[in-house]
Amino acid sequence: MPLIDAQDISKVYRLGDIEVRALSGVSLKIGKGEFVAVMGPSGSGKSTFMNILGCLDKPTGGRYLLEDIDVGSLDRDALAGIRNKKIGFVFQGFNLLPRTSALENIELPMLYDGNSARERRQRALEALHSVGLEGRGEHYPSQLSGGQQQRVAIARALVNNAPIILADEPTGNLDSKTSADIMELFVKLNSGSDITIILVTHETDIAAYSKRAVKFLDGSIVSDECKAGS
Amino acid sequence: MINLSSTLKISFRALWVNKMRSGLTMLGIIIGVGAVIAMLAVGTGASNRISEHISSMGSNLLIVLPGATTSGGVRMGSGTQPTLTTADAEAILRECPAVSNVAPVLNGVAQVVYGNQNWSTGIVGTTPDILTVRDWPLVSGRLFTYQDVRRATKVSLLGQSVAENLFGDMDPVGQIIRIKNIPFTVIGVLATKGQSPQGQDQDDTVIVPVTTAQKKLFGTTFPGMVRRIMVKAKSTEELLSAEKQIAELLRQRHRIGPKQENDFTVRNLTAFMQAAEESTKVMTILLGAIASVSLLVGGIGIMNIMLVSVTERTREIGIRMAIGARTWDIRLQFIIEALTLSLAGGIAGIIIGVAGSIILSMLAGWITIVSVFSVIIAFGFSGLVGVFFGFYPAYKASLLDPIDALRYE
Repeated sequence: MPLIDAQDISKVYRLGDIEVRALSGVSLKIGKGEFVAVMGPSGSGKSTFMNILGCLDKPTGGRYLLEDIDVGSLDRDALAGIRNKKIGFVFQGFNLLPRTSALENIELPMLYDGNSARERRQRALEALHSVGLEGRGEHYPSQLSGGQQQRVAIARALVNNAPIILADEPTGNLDSKTSADIMELFVKLNSGSDITIILVTHETDIAAYSKRAVKFLDGSIVSDECKAGS
Repeated sequence: MINLSSTLKISFRALWVNKMRSGLTMLGIIIGVGAVIAMLAVGTGASNRISEHISSMGSNLLIVLPGATTSGGVRMGSGTQPTLTTADAEAILRECPAVSNVAPVLNGVAQVVYGNQNWSTGIVGTTPDILTVRDWPLVSGRLFTYQDVRRATKVSLLGQSVAENLFGDMDPVGQIIRIKNIPFTVIGVLATKGQSPQGQDQDDTVIVPVTTAQKKLFGTTFPGMVRRIMVKAKSTEELLSAEKQIAELLRQRHRIGPKQENDFTVRNLTAFMQAAEESTKVMTILLGAIASVSLLVGGIGIMNIMLVSVTERTREIGIRMAIGARTWDIRLQFIIEALTLSLAGGIAGIIIGVAGSIILSMLAGWITIVSVFSVIIAFGFSGLVGVFFGFYPAYKASLLDPIDALRYE
């Protein structure tokens, strides 16, 4: 059973009278523990596809099974529950809450899962440790560098033990040195704990860290290559 | 579902970050609640004052006064034509079913002497029922009896002011005082009654049997004459029928023809006072309603700020949604923020309102009473305002599309 099973997914936006076909019949299976780079120029539909994979959006056609659950049949709150427990998001712009300490940012997903304050704090500290930011828990995002902020965001994605991390251009706002550090962290997480990582990028050197590259163009997958030995 | 303490923490933090804005928003509620409480305190104070006057007069009280004499076309005013007698009083009690007690009164002013002290006071000649009619208890001694009235014995009851002026700290009961040089035994002392609605000291009085007053103190132009008859109706509902029954009876007794005017008047003081009480109640409601408008405006202020806050924090809402916040998690967060603003404003408003009423009563000399009821109403109302005006912004926030919200700059 694949972790992610997207079957003939299509997405049509309607802007007034004009129909915009963002995805036309995309099928993709991703297994547990894979590290997939999703590539393609802007407007190729990769972001739309990622939003659907992340349960932020619903397809207009086709079926999306996540751990055998048909996501298309779920309501708003059920989707929120799936995002909370199954998916960790890492964004290009970090998307941490301002004026909120690193630890509290990391605790946020557990807050919506109804964990006790003590358990939240303990797991947040562990997640902070696993991204190499011990001792920075009380810092506010504005007091952290870009790379450190992205590490906090990764810790937040990890903390609910989600099997999937969706990273949307995670290095887009970082310099190349920090980008490499962040990518090393992803590789470590992927090989160390079987977390499935799906990475959206348009940079080939970033995509090179992955084991599989899926290329989008004009709403369809044009290539799907596994790289042995990377 | 997210637990409540975490939601509270999130909401408090959001308010704390925008201290100035939160404070100004709260100010609307503070002023609203404060105004409601102060206005209701003024109104309640006024109506309580009137209620006190009513109870100091005696409840369900009717006063029958003799009619006016006419001398050469000049009408002399009520009470100038002495037409009422103790027999009328007895007849009223006997014949009018709506009446429970009757006390005829013949009064006058006389010098009262005890030892080397003397004091000029109002002497009221009446029957023992006067104390029931006026709701006026004794503090010591005993009441005179109807036998005393029949025999015209020289006994007296002292009002508090007279007792103090003649006896000081001494117990007057059993002592002999002289009224118009006639010795009277003091057999009882009345409880403090306070001021009448007209500001007279009601305790500056001496009560004696009506017959004693007629025969020994003031004299009468015809036998059994009294200046007025005080009547207590059986209940407030029966006041009007009592009034009618008395009028009918007296017309009959005084042989007044169908086209002739009454030679007496029946005054319904209780009804008059109740009308006054009613009108202050209306005034209280009116004041409260006007003050409520400012509370409403304060609520709209909260809604305004909450809408701004939702727009400002669109991105935050997007992040929370992406991470797993459900519809009600978001709604609750914003409703609690609005509720915190309105309830904190409510508490501050109660303090301001209470302080305001105290200051008002000191500066303007009005009696203000802050009732628990008005505090509960104002506080409850401010909470309601918070939920009501907080719900729409919260609802709006919860319906945001997470993708759009995340992209919001």
